[in-house]
Amino acid sequence: MKRLSRYRRHKAAGPLLLIFALLAIGTTFSVASATVQQSQTVSSRTASIEEGKQIFLKGCSSCHGLNAEGGAIAPSLIGVGAASVDFQVGTGRMPMADMSTQAMRKKPVYNAEETAALAAYVASLAPGPAIPEESVLNYERDGHTAQGGELFRNNCAMCHNFAGQGGALTQGKYAPTLMGVEPKHIYEAMITGPQSMPVFSDKTITPAEKLSLIRWIKSAEAEPNLGGATMGRIGPVTEGLLAWILGIGLLIGIAVWLTTRAR
Amino acid sequence: MTSTEKRIGNAANFVDERLGAAGWVKKSLNKVFPDHWSFMLGEVCMYSFIILLLSGTFLTFWFDPSQRDVIYNGVYEPLKGLKMSAAYASTLDISFEVRGGLLMRQIHHWAANIFMAAIVAHLLRVFFTGAFRKPREFNWILGILLLTLGLVEGLFGYSLPDDLLSGTGLRITSAIIQAIPVVGTYISFFLFGGAFPGVGFIPRIFTLHILLIPGIFLAVITIHVMLVWYQKHTQFPGVGRTETNVVGHPILPVYMAKAGGFFFVVFGIIAFLSAVASINPIWLYGPYTPGQISAGSQPDWYMGWLDGLVRMAPPLETHAFGHTISWNILIPAVIVPGIVFTGMALYPFIESWITGDKREHHLLDRPRNVPNRTALGVMSITFVMVALINGGNDILATNFDLSINQIMWFSRVGIFVLPPLAFVITKRLCLSLQRADRELLLHGSETGRLLRLPHGEFVEVHAPISPEKAFILQSHEQPVALAIEEVDARGVRRPGAIKNKIQRRLSKAHAVSVPKVTEEEMKEIEHH
Repeated sequence: MKRLSRYRRHKAAGPLLLIFALLAIGTTFSVASATVQQSQTVSSRTASIEEGKQIFLKGCSSCHGLNAEGGAIAPSLIGVGAASVDFQVGTGRMPMADMSTQAMRKKPVYNAEETAALAAYVASLAPGPAIPEESVLNYERDGHTAQGGELFRNNCAMCHNFAGQGGALTQGKYAPTLMGVEPKHIYEAMITGPQSMPVFSDKTITPAEKLSLIRWIKSAEAEPNLGGATMGRIGPVTEGLLAWILGIGLLIGIAVWLTTRAR
Repeated sequence: MTSTEKRIGNAANFVDERLGAAGWVKKSLNKVFPDHWSFMLGEVCMYSFIILLLSGTFLTFWFDPSQRDVIYNGVYEPLKGLKMSAAYASTLDISFEVRGGLLMRQIHHWAANIFMAAIVAHLLRVFFTGAFRKPREFNWILGILLLTLGLVEGLFGYSLPDDLLSGTGLRITSAIIQAIPVVGTYISFFLFGGAFPGVGFIPRIFTLHILLIPGIFLAVITIHVMLVWYQKHTQFPGVGRTETNVVGHPILPVYMAKAGGFFFVVFGIIAFLSAVASINPIWLYGPYTPGQISAGSQPDWYMGWLDGLVRMAPPLETHAFGHTISWNILIPAVIVPGIVFTGMALYPFIESWITGDKREHHLLDRPRNVPNRTALGVMSITFVMVALINGGNDILATNFDLSINQIMWFSRVGIFVLPPLAFVITKRLCLSLQRADRELLLHGSETGRLLRLPHGEFVEVHAPISPEKAFILQSHEQPVALAIEEVDARGVRRPGAIKNKIQRRLSKAHAVSVPKVTEEEMKEIEHH
């Protein structure tokens, strides 16, 4: 300790301490806030409507009403269909953690069976979009990547960004990233139009095209970073930042070194 | 004399007898260049320009500047079978099928970003140290010209691949051109060869990007550097440095070795960046069609502030005589940059008008000693930064959980409030630093040693500073306010009284400073 304290007045001591402090804070934060990405496969077992109703009454009715008729703070769920429930509950968006801007993806509260039961209950209230069958979702067989990319740029990129990384909407709302989303949930989002997203009906985008879209998203997700670190695939903002910080930063550092050494 | 020396001597003699170069070479090699890290920023610009020329030449070997429709049949699976322009397809081929092509593309693009960043850094150094003062005003203007050319060249460069992002940029460019009253639509028609996007634009900007603008660049850079050569480099004040000498290393060998080495350092850092960090992954954007757009479409950083200004402009339009004037584009994208660049180019003359100083200056200012100029510089940086932040408003909003509307309103208010605030704060800071300098001169530097006096008081021991440092702290001139009377000796109002009033006010503001330590004060201190 004594040896270390000898350097406490060293030129580099201040900056080094700052870097250590930042590292410590950063590490603590990242450990503390680490969350496990959810990925659950839902079995396509038929679930009992009655079971779903019981879960609904306990977990959802305080906002959506005892008969899912909606209320002052939450919409009616009559006619939203099983697909909507499966998307909202299956991606952890519902139940909402807070009501500020929009429901965000998080670890699901209900397991696969409970979600299926909830979906069955809501679907029993009135007809609506159904959960797509697993056999329908064979995007690797039925989808076409390049066509999906074209559809994506035509219909999705304006909110979700050219590489599906997500983007900003008004008043703090946002189009979330599509990376790591299950194919089934992507499909359900298109047919139900959750939150700010419009509905892409089978007339606008046919089921085959939807599979192409999913295939393209999955290919973008799996694509290695061909040109090196991408800094988020969000365009020139991070590139400019890097040019200044790393590029000019390093060059100035070396210029300082060159002009002080030779004296 | 050995035979080798003889041979070299004969060869040199051969050249000298025909070109008479010996005198010039001798004079040039004895040229002295002062040493300071900030003097190397201009070199970074020049070296990255050379890298741009080399890597750009490589790219032209494979790039097909045409908007002819082709069906992509290359190796990149997610775009296979799509209709796209030959320009985009050939850029994909450069990225994926030409050996080293992607690295070269990335070197070209990173070098462009660093080139512009280095220009701005170099400009700030020249501005804050007052290196633009007489006799270097022309070189300052040439520098502004290079900056402006760089903006245009960069825009054309990232527009060439004809991907979704570049097309979006061109769409905005065409909108900005069209916003110019009366002639805008015509200029846009001539540039694009018809309605946007047309088929003529890529070949046209290609010619401009690889031939005309680099040609002008080369010419202007040559004059720029020759003027530095001819007028000699400025230097920071110090013992033995005067307005009539230059203290530093001669070109050979020290300076040449350093400069030559530095070129490879610049090349190395750009190559390193290009090897590890992706830039403009055009294959992800897809080919451009006017119906498509991506969230978070930003220009490269040096255009970002203009984009930010356009983003914050409220929707103002006037309709008159069957014409629409889009103030929301005209003001942020044409008028404001016009004022900014004209103001920058004219600044040396404006400052000399304010100070009334028409003398030559070869010694640089320490920024704190000219508070008004420094404050103006920081004010300008703040203006650009607020605009730049708004240019990335959607990226900031998603990454920091903010509302895009809040960022926009912050910028709308901030663009007016923050720059003046920055001016005031910087000016106060400069004056405080002057005061600190004065304190240092009079009482020396703090040693951190505390003494307890017999009666219990604690004092810190101060050590006198070195004579070299004392010289630097003392050597500057202090600006004096111009004495301009509104009336002449006979009490008659002088012509141009308002102009005089403005000049007097500005000159007075410019001359605000903490009084330097006088000789008497120094003597008194020494006496203690």
